Amino acid sequence: MTVEMIDVVRRFGATPALEGVSLTLREGEFTALLGPSGSGKTTFLRVLAGLEGSDSGTIRIAGQDVTRVAARERGIGMMFQSYALFRHMTVFENVAFGLRVRRRRPPEAEISARVRRLLDMMQVSELERRYPAQISGGQRQRVALARALAIEPRLLLLDEPFSALDALVRKEVRRWLRGLHDQLGITTVLVTHDQEEAMELADSIAVMERGRIAQFDTAQRLLSAPATPFVAAFVGEAARLDCEVRNGMVRFANEALGSVCADLQDGPATAFARAGDVFASSGGGGARVVLVRETGGGRRILVVQAGDAVIDATGVEGEHLSRGDTCGLTLRGGHLFASNGSRVTIVPPTDPA
Amino acid sequence: MTVLRLATEDGALARWLIGLGAALVALGMLVLPLAAVLAEALRRGLGVALAAIAEPDTLAAIRLSLLVAVLVVPVNLIGGLAASWCIAKHDFPGRRLLVVLIELPFAVSPVIAGLSFVLVFGMQGWLGAFLRARDIEVIFALPGLVLATLFVTFPFVARTVLPLMQAQGREAEQAAAMLGASGWQIFWRVTLPDVKWALLSGVLLCNARAMGEFGAVAVVSGHIRGETNTMPLHVEILYNEYQFAGAFAVAALLALLGVLTLAAKALLERIGAKEI
Amino acid sequence: MTARLSAIPGLRLTLGVTLLWLSVVVLVPLSAVALRPFHGGGDAMWATLADARVLSALRLSFGSALLAAALDVPLGLLLVYAIVRLRFPGRRLLDAVIDLPFALPTAVAGIALAALTAPNGWIGAPVQEVLGLKIAYTRAGIVYALMFTGLPFIVRTIEPVLRDFQREAEEAAATLGATRGQTLRRVVLPALAPALIAGFGLAFARAVGEYGSVIFIAGNVPRATEIAPLLIVIRLEEYDDAGAAAVGLAMLVLSFAVLLATSLLQRRLRASVA
Repeated sequence: MTVEMIDVVRRFGATPALEGVSLTLREGEFTALLGPSGSGKTTFLRVLAGLEGSDSGTIRIAGQDVTRVAARERGIGMMFQSYALFRHMTVFENVAFGLRVRRRRPPEAEISARVRRLLDMMQVSELERRYPAQISGGQRQRVALARALAIEPRLLLLDEPFSALDALVRKEVRRWLRGLHDQLGITTVLVTHDQEEAMELADSIAVMERGRIAQFDTAQRLLSAPATPFVAAFVGEAARLDCEVRNGMVRFANEALGSVCADLQDGPATAFARAGDVFASSGGGGARVVLVRETGGGRRILVVQAGDAVIDATGVEGEHLSRGDTCGLTLRGGHLFASNGSRVTIVPPTDPA
Repeated sequence: MTVLRLATEDGALARWLIGLGAALVALGMLVLPLAAVLAEALRRGLGVALAAIAEPDTLAAIRLSLLVAVLVVPVNLIGGLAASWCIAKHDFPGRRLLVVLIELPFAVSPVIAGLSFVLVFGMQGWLGAFLRARDIEVIFALPGLVLATLFVTFPFVARTVLPLMQAQGREAEQAAAMLGASGWQIFWRVTLPDVKWALLSGVLLCNARAMGEFGAVAVVSGHIRGETNTMPLHVEILYNEYQFAGAFAVAALLALLGVLTLAAKALLERIGAKEI
Repeated sequence: MTARLSAIPGLRLTLGVTLLWLSVVVLVPLSAVALRPFHGGGDAMWATLADARVLSALRLSFGSALLAAALDVPLGLLLVYAIVRLRFPGRRLLDAVIDLPFALPTAVAGIALAALTAPNGWIGAPVQEVLGLKIAYTRAGIVYALMFTGLPFIVRTIEPVLRDFQREAEEAAATLGATRGQTLRRVVLPALAPALIAGFGLAFARAVGEYGSVIFIAGNVPRATEIAPLLIVIRLEEYDDAGAAAVGLAMLVLSFAVLLATSLLQRRLRASVA
């Protein structure tokens, strides 16, 4: 089912939670809404679900304007962060609820057949007589999902579905969920603040920043071509370096980091680089190694101080810098944003040799 | 082996003194009044006490108190539930003010509660002439007793149910709405089962106060024996006529109702805590 | 073109029921108390209130209620400390009897307290013998009855706060060299202060309007032991609705002023504790 959000605005008092969000989700896609807390992603989900009104804008599901349609009429399945299971009902009754409250209630035999089929699919059929308080967190999640799917929703919304699970279960459940999506093909939206989760599960990711969508793209493109400094920092988990560009040369704390090929306006710029993008080499330079961290596989991360900043770097091959050594820095990857917003990807310099 | 006294533990003497003090306070301030009621009621034997209760005027008072409670409790039950549900599960401007207003009757003297109805429905009241022209009696009649009792027992249900509804949040109701349930279905199938013990507790407290209310009904009753005399008013009449055995026998009956209500409330709280 | 959606249906109906219920049972009658005294003009109301008998009744009601609530504070603290911190046989029984004043209807409490403190009562007789004091039919009796009704409010307000109080803070005080007494006075008591004020406010509010538990033990002598609620009843029996309303309005205004003061004090204390 195609879902369109067009210029949706939602404010709480004076604080805007959504500032003109537009997004189109294609039928059958798995989309993740990724952003730090307070970025508006949960509001996005709740507005889409009909749990929250909007101040302006339009929401269409399968071409139908649902902006003013109440939550109960939208036919959307939602899994809440806390699962929100009905605690006084058994697992079976929880899943059957959406069928029982219908205006035209299906016959009892059909209800129980459908509930059992779903519980089977979720691999929790043995729990049908239990109460939510008597089952584990992972089991509760499956029941919540079965309950959301029982009404055969056109759209499935998942609000931070893994936050209540411990790290060990989380990975396994993720894979299972993606498999389930491939099998059912329901258009799905996942809200998360965990980029690893978003990348593993979703076909495409909408990164949210302060009530806006900063970039809507595949995981691959978010990493290779971040649209804004925020995306580069948040998705790439990169260190932020406040640099200076002059005559095509990038300088950071008076260190020349290397040249960029593309035309970049002179002036302040921001570079985003991961440890693997920054290289430290001996033989001059104003930076100094303050700590050497050994990581697995014989790799060494050099913690380097340059000016007031402390960043992670990798030693160039064939050299062995130790604590206290002075060194120079070179960028062989990462992204650079000029003050006017233009962006270049830094590519490793071609070896002169 | 040296036994180390914990830093947060009081000395044996201090504990003794505190315990003794607390016991004395509890005895003098709390236990003796109840004991006095029972002792006075039974002073001339159980038979006399029971005979006093079996007096026609006393039986009429008991019947009237029950009738008032039967009329009052359902109204405050429905009102309290509606108020709790809309405050806990919905957003609208003025919610906090509404909570304050619902608690207001607890901060108002029962006598002023009674007075307020006299000022509206009494002979010189706002509606006095209107009611007299149509021969409708409110003050010094059953409707007045019911209204005054409604006022003083007004907050009980909302007060026990609202905090629980608020603590349980709205997600279950929202989940039910997403599954297509109507407001009525959500209320009956999702919200109500979660608060049923607190609700029962609130109803019992409301009932006990309705049957035991004195000040508010004293103002609007007119003390017509056999007609507008509730149990507590009857206690007052018997006491003022120096019929102490009867007064204390009826009082003991009311005290029993109060103590049983208290016990039931404690039991319900324990059941409720276990379910969550 | 705001699309304000209510996620959960049913607001309009339940809010309507609530407002109707609140208006008919509480707001309309109370507004009569607020407006009636002005029917005869403001001067008539002031004349009513300036009457010595009225002033004396108001002074007695508010003075006794404040005194009773204040005396309840240390007693309540003692009870709370015993049920929360001490382990002794009968602790649960003690916990249960604290609610007795909630359970006894006021008229029942009234005749019971009167019987107890009468010159031949279980408390009245020894007190008269030993101290030569009379309780029943004096102001002392009024204060005693009001203490009875107010005590559970204080206990039940402080109890949850002491229960949740972090023991670590007491342990920290002990490691810093404080004696047990200093710890209780400087660490525990300030943390309980907002709840103490709140409990005081509740006990006062209940006490000042109390009727049933007081009239049997008070002597009901005008200008001596006649409480304001009783004066309202008397004025109504004299068909002086305006006079009764004036006393009622004065009571409402004064007690809301006291409640406002306690809630402001409570907020300030809470801000300093948190």
